[in-house]
Amino acid sequence: MPERGRKKMPISVGRTFAVIFVVSACVFLTRALPFFCFPKGRPVPPVVRYLGGALPPAVIGMLVVYCLRSVHPALPPHGIPELISAALVVLLHRWKRNNLLSIGAGTLCYMFLVQAVFPQG
Amino acid sequence: MQKKRGSLKKNGYAAAFRAAFPQTIPVLTGYLFIGMAFGVMIQEKGYGFLWAMLMSLIIYAGSGQYLAVEFFEPGVSLLKAAFLEIMVNIRHVFYGLSLLERFEKMGKKRLYMIFSLTDETYSLYYAAKVPEGVEEDKFLFAIAALDQSYWILGSGIGALLGDILPFDGTGVDFAMTALFLVIMTEQLMDRKNRPGVAIGVGCALLCRVIFGEEDFVLPAMAAILALLLAIRGRLFADEGSAELADAASLDACGAGAAGAAGAEPAAEKPGGRLAGDGGLAGKGEKKDAD
Repeated sequence: MPERGRKKMPISVGRTFAVIFVVSACVFLTRALPFFCFPKGRPVPPVVRYLGGALPPAVIGMLVVYCLRSVHPALPPHGIPELISAALVVLLHRWKRNNLLSIGAGTLCYMFLVQAVFPQG
Repeated sequence: MQKKRGSLKKNGYAAAFRAAFPQTIPVLTGYLFIGMAFGVMIQEKGYGFLWAMLMSLIIYAGSGQYLAVEFFEPGVSLLKAAFLEIMVNIRHVFYGLSLLERFEKMGKKRLYMIFSLTDETYSLYYAAKVPEGVEEDKFLFAIAALDQSYWILGSGIGALLGDILPFDGTGVDFAMTALFLVIMTEQLMDRKNRPGVAIGVGCALLCRVIFGEEDFVLPAMAAILALLLAIRGRLFADEGSAELADAASLDACGAGAAGAAGAEPAAEKPGGRLAGDGGLAGKGEKKDAD
């Protein structure tokens, strides 16, 4: 592989490892927190059990919004590619109920729309 | 991955990986390309593909790693980095809450399962059905390990040849959105999930409008928690067969604990609760419109 005039690392190797370690620890902390709070073998409080059962549909709903958080209806293309592609995914899924088909068609539709119909700058 | 498959064959892992692979294809597509985008970014910063793959191996977080690239600058405080990373990844706290008991059966794999709990992997646990003849723990582990292998591979490819690939991948990250949309559609087909989905979408949308793109996740999580706790015992009976009417009565019986699910409907509870489902969903949709 030629070096393609690669830039030098902006900080030392040690410092890089330190950053990676801190980031890794923080990400792990957010994922592990519930497991620290309610360790294995001890009964889970009923409120937490309830939340465990009730959260998934709400979390999936939140994740959909999270994925689309950068859509600004006031600015072009006004979220139109997202709206069309999301509608295609949902309708196709209600019709055929095939995960790969819904996701594949929706993604191709979105790629076509943002690359060919609403290209950015 | 290959080596692991070979040596673990006898324990049913081969079957688990074979069964899991087709179900992870949406994540394969998404992770390869989002991973490549990360690889390109880190390479432009002056780090080779080994660094990219190392980060994907030991951090393993999409938005977390994108953000981390900005910390590779002189003078960035580690404390600030830690704070920002926790804020960006705070939504992960919810995932473990609903997997506490499912992960208890994971044995030695438990720590890796917790480490690898990304948005996409979490949602595959709900989208994917465990096929017959495959043990659940091995199946879930296969999903987790396959997903991370795509991510590591993608980031390596991106750092190595990102800018010489002829393919325009703009928009391919919609695969992740589509994955969550499909799971949401599935959830909506079951009546009892509708209030939950409406709460999730409604709170997130409302908070996105109020707090903006960067800061809405934490308030949205708080609102979701508050609402779910507020409707506890009214909509989510532990007995799947309990109709909403019965579920509403649990509230009157107090606590709404699992044991009470079979209790007789309390007569004094007004039928007004019956509207809970439709009312809530309606509220959620009204927020959508805003």
